[in-house]
Amino acid sequence: MSRKTLTRRQFVAATAMSSTALIAAPYVRGAYAAGKLSIGFWDHWVPNANDASTALVKEWADKEKVEVSIDYITSNNKKIELTAAAEAQAKSGHDILQMPSWWPHAYSENLEPLNDVMEPLIKQNGEVNGTVKYLGQSGGKWLAVPATPGSQIKGPCSRIDLMKKHAGIDVQEMYPAGSPPKADNWTMETFLKAAEACQKAGFPFGIGLGETTDSVDTAGAIFQSFGAELVNAKGDVTVKTDEVRQALEFYKKLIAVLPADAPSWDDASNNKWLISGRGAMILNPPSAWAVAKRDAPQVAEQCWTHGFPAGPKGRFAPFLPYFWGVWSFGKNKEAAKSLLVHLSSPAAIAKFVEASGGYDLPAYANMTTLKTWAEVGPPKGTLYHYPNPYNHQTLSIAASPAPPKIAQQIYFQATLTKMALRFAQGEKLDTALAWAEGECEGFMRT
Amino acid sequence: MADVVVEQGRLVRSARPRKAASLRNVLGRKSTVAFFLTLPLILLIVLLVLYPAFYSLYLATLNKAMTKFVGLGNFTFLFKRETFWMVVKQSCIFAITAVFFKALIGFIVAHFVHNIPGKKQRKWRGMLLVPWVIPPAMSTLAWLWLFDPSYSAFNYTLSFFGVGPIPWLGDTFWARFSVILVNVWYGAPFFLIMYLAALKSVPDQLYEAAAIDGANWWQRIWFITLPMMRNIIAITTLFSLIVTFANFDIVRILTSGGPLDRTHLFATWAFQVGIQSSDIPLGACVSLFMVPILAVAAVFILRDVNKRGNEA
Repeated sequence: MSRKTLTRRQFVAATAMSSTALIAAPYVRGAYAAGKLSIGFWDHWVPNANDASTALVKEWADKEKVEVSIDYITSNNKKIELTAAAEAQAKSGHDILQMPSWWPHAYSENLEPLNDVMEPLIKQNGEVNGTVKYLGQSGGKWLAVPATPGSQIKGPCSRIDLMKKHAGIDVQEMYPAGSPPKADNWTMETFLKAAEACQKAGFPFGIGLGETTDSVDTAGAIFQSFGAELVNAKGDVTVKTDEVRQALEFYKKLIAVLPADAPSWDDASNNKWLISGRGAMILNPPSAWAVAKRDAPQVAEQCWTHGFPAGPKGRFAPFLPYFWGVWSFGKNKEAAKSLLVHLSSPAAIAKFVEASGGYDLPAYANMTTLKTWAEVGPPKGTLYHYPNPYNHQTLSIAASPAPPKIAQQIYFQATLTKMALRFAQGEKLDTALAWAEGECEGFMRT
Repeated sequence: MADVVVEQGRLVRSARPRKAASLRNVLGRKSTVAFFLTLPLILLIVLLVLYPAFYSLYLATLNKAMTKFVGLGNFTFLFKRETFWMVVKQSCIFAITAVFFKALIGFIVAHFVHNIPGKKQRKWRGMLLVPWVIPPAMSTLAWLWLFDPSYSAFNYTLSFFGVGPIPWLGDTFWARFSVILVNVWYGAPFFLIMYLAALKSVPDQLYEAAAIDGANWWQRIWFITLPMMRNIIAITTLFSLIVTFANFDIVRILTSGGPLDRTHLFATWAFQVGIQSSDIPLGACVSLFMVPILAVAAVFILRDVNKRGNEA
C-alpha cells in the first residue's frame, strides 16, 4: 500500500485555504438561529385552553427562529409554587415561569426587571389595575408581566331563580348584560339579608371559611369594604381598630347562615355547592358555571356572575392575577421578553379569553369588553359583568395594602378567616384580635 | 515478562505481583464485597438524606430573605409562637394516639389471623394488607370523598339512623378524629404483619407448658406472647412513631391543617410556612424540630431493645 506524505508546505496551504473559506463563507441562518427558550406555563383546567398558549408560542417561535419547549405545570397541591421555589434556589430552570399572585415579590431578587416590556404594553393595552401594580411592581421596577391565563375575579355567581324567589333580588336587572350596573342598593347589608333569607329557604350561600384561597379572598374583599386592614401600607400592625371590629361583627352574622361545614371547605367545595343546586350564591370565577354547563345544565342556565356588594368604605372584588416572570439567571432573556410582548398583544389576549370560555382575565383597562364575555351562555350575558367592564368595583387582593412580603403570610396563613371563625365560634372579640395581632407581629420577620 | 530482576548483583523481587495479590485479597474479603454491594445505597442515602439534612440545617440558620446568618434566631422566634406550640402538641397527640391504636388493632387482628387455618389465612393476610399497599395519597382522596362536606357517604348512611350530619372535617374534634382514623386505617396492617410474624416465631411448647400449668388466655398473652414479642413491638412502635410524626399526605389532603390550624403537624405546617408563605428558613426550622423529639424516643426504645438482647 503506497503512503502519501503531507509536506509542511502542503499543510500550511491547506490550513490557510480552509480558514479563508470559513471566514469568507456567507452566514447561514439555521432553523433555530436565535437559540432556545424554555417555558413553564400554568396548566389550565379548561380542556384545550393550553392549546391557545401552545399555538401562540409556536407562531412567535417560527417567526423568531427560536427553539421552544413548554412545560404545563399544574397548580394542584402547589406544584407551581414548588417549582418556583426549586428554580429560585437552584438558580436554574425555565426562562419564563408563570407564577401565582404573590410570587413575583417573593422572588423579586431573582427576577429580571421588565419595565422595557410593561411600559409599551400599558401604552398599547391600557392601564393595569392597582392590584396588578401592587403585586407586580417593586420600587418602580416591574418584576413580572400580568398573564391573561389563570387571572380571575372571584365575584358572586348567583342563582337567578333562587335569589329572585327567596331574597327578592333580580340579579339580571341589577347587572344587565350590555349596560352599566344598577347596583346602588347592592350593599353588605342587602347581601346579609339575602344570605339569611336563602339560608332560611334551604339554599345557603356557599362561602368557605377554610384556609384555601377562595375563603381568604372573600374575607379580604369583605374586610376591605369595611376599611379593615390588619397591617397598613407602612407595615404597622392595625388589628385593633373599629373597622376590623365592624368587619368581624358582620362576619359573625354571615357565618351564622353559612353551611355548618364551611370551615373545612377547600376551593372545590363552593363549586360543588353551586353545581349540586344546594346554594343560591357562591363567590368564585365562572369555573363552577362552566362545569355546571356540562354536568348540571339546568343549574348553569340560572347562573349570573356579577359584582360584589358595597361596604361602608367601598365596593371591592377579589382579583387574583397570574404573572409571567423571567428569571435573572435565564439564558435567553431577550427572547423571553419578546415572547411576553407577543403573548400580551390584543389578538393574543382575545385568543386566551376565547379558549378559556371567558374564564381568563386580562389585566389591562382596554381589554375588558371582548366579545366572548358578551356572547357566552346560557344564559346569554351571564359573564358580561365578570371582567368589571364599568370599573364598578375596586379590584383588590386580601391582606393588601400591607407590604407584599407581610401580606403574603397573612394571606397564606388565612389570618382573616381564622380570626372571623374564632370570633364566630364564641371567642371574645378582644381575644380574637389579640391572637391576630400576635400573628401579624410574627409576620414582620425580614 | 521477568518476575524477578537482578539489580546491582542482588535479587530484587518485583513489587507488582505482590501488589496485585494484596489487591486481590482486599477485593476478595467479605467486608469489601459487602461494602461495594452497599455502595449504591450509601451514595443514595448521602445524596437524598444526608445532604438535604445538612442543607436544611444550614437553611435554618438564615434570615427570611436568606441573605444573613442568624444562628439560632429562627428557633428562638419559633419558641415564642403560639401556633408552633399548638403544632407540637397536636403532632404528639396525633402520633401517640395513632400509633397506640395501630398497635392495638394490629395486635388483636394478628391473633385472629394467626388462628385461621393455613390456606384461608393467606387470603385474609392479603386482604388485610390492602390499605397498606395502596399509595396513601390515593386512598386518602377516597376518604376525603367519604368525609366530603356536601356529599359525605358517611353522613348519608348515618341519616338513615337519624344521626348527623357530622362536620367530619369542619369541626376541630371531628377533624382530628378523621385524620387519626385514616392514619390508623393505613398503618394498622403494618403492625398486623409484623405481629403475625412474631406470633409465628413463639414456640408452641411454651403455650403447651402454660396450658398444663393451668394458665388462662390472658395469662398466656401476658406471660408468654407479650414477652416474646417485646422486641418486635418496640421496634415497630419506634418505626411507626417516626413515620407518623413525619406524616404529611393524610393531613394535607384531608384538612390542609384546618380548621383553625387544629390538625397541623410539623410537616404540614413546615410546608405552609416554608413554601406557601415563602419563609424557607422558618419552614426548615419547623421540620427540624422533629429530630430531637424522635431522637429521644429512639434512644429510650432502642436502649430497651439492646438490654433485652444482652439478657438473651
